Amino acid sequence: MYDILTNIFGNQIVAYIIGAALPLFVWILPFVLFAVLGERKVSAHMQDRLGPMRVGYHGILQTVADLLKLLQKEDIVTPAADRKLFNLAPYIVFLGSYAAFAAIPFSSIYIGSGIEVGIFYILAVSSFVVVGILMGGWASDNKYSLLGAMRSAAQIVSYEIPTAIVVLTLVMLTGTLNLNTISQQQTAYFWNWNILGGAAGSGITQILLIPFMVIAFVILFISTLAEVNRTPFDIPEAESELVAGFHTEYSGMKFAMFFLSEYANMFAVSAIVVTLFFGGYQSPFGYLGNSLGIPWLIPVEQLFWFLAKGVFFVFVQMWLRWTLPRLRVDQLMTVCWKYLIPYAVFNLLIVGIISLL
Amino acid sequence: MNLYDIIFYLFAAITIISGFAVVSSKNIVHAAFNLLFTFFGVTGIYVLLGADFIAVVQVIVYIGGILILLLFGVMLTNKITSVDIKSGTLHVIPAVLGVGIFAGVLISLMYTTNWKTSVLSDPGNTTIYNLGKLLITDYVLIFELLGILLLVALIGAASIARREKD
Repeated sequence: MYDILTNIFGNQIVAYIIGAALPLFVWILPFVLFAVLGERKVSAHMQDRLGPMRVGYHGILQTVADLLKLLQKEDIVTPAADRKLFNLAPYIVFLGSYAAFAAIPFSSIYIGSGIEVGIFYILAVSSFVVVGILMGGWASDNKYSLLGAMRSAAQIVSYEIPTAIVVLTLVMLTGTLNLNTISQQQTAYFWNWNILGGAAGSGITQILLIPFMVIAFVILFISTLAEVNRTPFDIPEAESELVAGFHTEYSGMKFAMFFLSEYANMFAVSAIVVTLFFGGYQSPFGYLGNSLGIPWLIPVEQLFWFLAKGVFFVFVQMWLRWTLPRLRVDQLMTVCWKYLIPYAVFNLLIVGIISLL
Repeated sequence: MNLYDIIFYLFAAITIISGFAVVSSKNIVHAAFNLLFTFFGVTGIYVLLGADFIAVVQVIVYIGGILILLLFGVMLTNKITSVDIKSGTLHVIPAVLGVGIFAGVLISLMYTTNWKTSVLSDPGNTTIYNLGKLLITDYVLIFELLGILLLVALIGAASIARREKD
């Protein structure tokens, strides 16, 4: 991919910078614009309302109008705030969520960096988000912000453990940390996806693996939901207790940065779930490009399938948000430490035994 | 001076400047947040050296673990954030002696060690396969002992945090 870009732009450095910025401008910004609208529409229809209807056809330009409004807003820094850290925090949070996109394979020809430590790298860079949230919460000099930041950091750090154990299960099964290789292994049809036992197992082992892969998927989905602070795990920004959590004091574009990174994070964790369990960019039914004999169509189809699966899981996250009530802090920690972690460890052991068969 | 040299000096500068800010900062929370950039600079240098696994471990352990633990400790401790910590000069002669001896040891080690400076046969290759193989063949005893050590620490933490039954 970088070779093509180097040929077009003539300079390696320029090509790499453009290659790195592609997901942001081509996918994340449009995605966030429509995901915010999607969230409002999903919530509205679940509550028997219509949601935004006035800007454009059925309100499709609502978020564009909101963005224009946010751009014009005054940028307020409260006098007691720690100016330097306060201004830096939104960028650190966004850095953490955008860095994850570097190792996510969007298509067989587009992956930011095909590093061998892919999924491990994604788990690692999410800690920048925690540092950014703590920075913003502390620098605001507001008790709600600080409490929200503390809750958020404690929650993300706790739920990283079940996530890591499930990822370990998958790594044990597939024998690689590289997300591109994991996607390639699940090629051809949907019965080769890891949720249905993966392509590595044969016959009886594959059937034995299915229930345990489903358990692994559920654990991973719940813990990634907690890592992006979504309902039912949204106590860091519980409106009824903490105003808006760690970004209470932010306004204008800095608030928009937090919003952008929240939605980018939602897509990033969906992309991880899709890549690990649902075949990544692989099509479930084979490729149109193969049957028509047009090779260049295949990567385009892969991109379509990847984005479609990712958006589906973002939709599931929204659906859950407007269905389930919020957990209490103690319930949140009980779910993580007393249920998810032991189940994930036993699941890891059982999958290990089965894959030895 | 090629591109990699420039990137190396950039990361080295980030590490050293933020490291200096850590020790000279009057505010303990600022010192903790400056550590983020120090760790980040070191990670960048690891990546440039081709140690991909070590770089990611650096991020996950130091930024994801130690730095966050440190921030929690600093923020949850009452009245520590508003206290000005002393960062002036005290005991010049012992400090110079200590730092001088430490620097001398480091520099002599740097010159006497037989560094493997030859270029790897396949620079694009990753280190994780070889590291994994070494961990379960040559260093398996140390690996298992470290595992037991961490398990003991985990059980100790759980038993300290446990609520005593009446």
